[in-house]
Amino acid sequence: MIHFNHVNKRYPSGYQALKNISFEIAEGEMVFLTGHSGAGKSTLLKLIAAIERPNSGSVVVKGKNVATLKNSALPYLRRNLGLIFQDHKLLFDRSVFDNVVLPLQICGFDHRDSAKRVRAALDKVGLLDREKAHPVALSGGEQQRLCIARAIVNRPAIMLADEPTGNLDADSAHDIMGIFKSFHQVGVTLLIATHDENILQQFEGRKLALKHGELRP
Amino acid sequence: MKNWLNQHVRVLLFTIRRFYATPLSSLLNILVIGIALSLPTGLYVLMQNIQNLAEQAIGKPQISIFLSMDANQDDISRISKKLKQHDEIKSVELVPRDQALEQLKQTTGLADVIGGLAQNPLPDAFIVYPKNLHAQALQALRDELQQWPKLEHVQLDSAWAHKLEALLNFGRLAVLILAMLLSLALVAITFNTIRLQILTQREEIEVSALIGATNNFIRRPFLYFGLLQGLLGGVAAWLIIIISVALLNSSLTGLAELYASHFTLHPPSAGDSLTLLLFSAYLGWLGAWLSVKQHLLSML
Repeated sequence: MIHFNHVNKRYPSGYQALKNISFEIAEGEMVFLTGHSGAGKSTLLKLIAAIERPNSGSVVVKGKNVATLKNSALPYLRRNLGLIFQDHKLLFDRSVFDNVVLPLQICGFDHRDSAKRVRAALDKVGLLDREKAHPVALSGGEQQRLCIARAIVNRPAIMLADEPTGNLDADSAHDIMGIFKSFHQVGVTLLIATHDENILQQFEGRKLALKHGELRP
Repeated sequence: MKNWLNQHVRVLLFTIRRFYATPLSSLLNILVIGIALSLPTGLYVLMQNIQNLAEQAIGKPQISIFLSMDANQDDISRISKKLKQHDEIKSVELVPRDQALEQLKQTTGLADVIGGLAQNPLPDAFIVYPKNLHAQALQALRDELQQWPKLEHVQLDSAWAHKLEALLNFGRLAVLILAMLLSLALVAITFNTIRLQILTQREEIEVSALIGATNNFIRRPFLYFGLLQGLLGGVAAWLIIIISVALLNSSLTGLAELYASHFTLHPPSAGDSLTLLLFSAYLGWLGAWLSVKQHLLSML
């Protein structure tokens, strides 16, 4: 599903974020990406969504080399990915419902179909009764769940989460991981970047450990 | 196809809502555009009216042809026929020499002097009404007629036509310069409005791009906004002109009665009105497009 082959990423400032990274993630796998902040976790996720491009090597997602994808093809790649951001990237000028419906509007779903899908997604993350609320009124954990709802409303085959429990208390973090686990059970491929030791101990799954931009065996 | 239509309808509704969201600033923007556009358009309408008035008041330009004194009846009918068949000539009027003398007696009060003449000094004459009233065409026709035999003198009453044409050309140039400057202003206004919108919607744009929006999808609402703002500005300009013409007409009727004339200002024609609306919509779109190109793509 995701295949990195000798990937190097150096930022224009000269900082080498990733060095010679190679790994493979099979379809339906749940993989944790671990390492301290600055180890290159975010950069690695960004390479999969082509938010950043590698300097060398190939990043193959669903059979396509993302590293050489044309800019005009990027939107269609990203529609197959559920992205969950540490800072949520919610839009605070609109309701919970309108936040979640955005990906469907982008894909051009009609109104009735979208409403059904939005409510299904909100139901999965336990926010169905908050659809009219504004994101400001939500707690940190709820905001993270809203971000997840927006990521899954398109029913992507791959989900990428960057520190999804970063700013949450233990209970909320546990809830979030429970939601991820349920996606894993229905066959979604998950790559979760985290440095939360509790989670890594509590949940099963392969672990890729990054240190100073290199994968540790 | 249905999908595509859905997207556009949604963007249009979204754009209209955006106007409603900031009613005062939207209204002011539209008003500024309307006033800017109404200046050149109003001047243009005024010029059209002056042209009409001039043609009414001074009459159509004409060419007077004086035959040589030795032209006989055969010559007259031959020339008359030739003139009537000419492509550039609308109508021809014959003024026989005796009639001309009669007219001269009556209108000038020189009856005594003329009565003392041994013979009629006036030649037979034609008055020719040309089809094409442009100064150059008139000149060309005059030059051509001058070559014909048995014509003593061909006189073109075109001084006023030259003057009017020069005046109108001056007016047209003024309208053009004004229109160009204010079109630039319209583009600049839209450019800036869209720039501010892009800045305030920075987050939405970034998030949309991250979750798979195409550049077109992101660009579309801004282009629609520019187009709609330009169009509404055009409508405002049109209303300003229609109302101004109506107000001016109501005071003109009093003035015209004093001069025993029926002069009224005509509002812009349907074609001119449509051109105004299309042009202003296009300029709005152009401003938005430039702004999007400048500000949006540097962000993505």
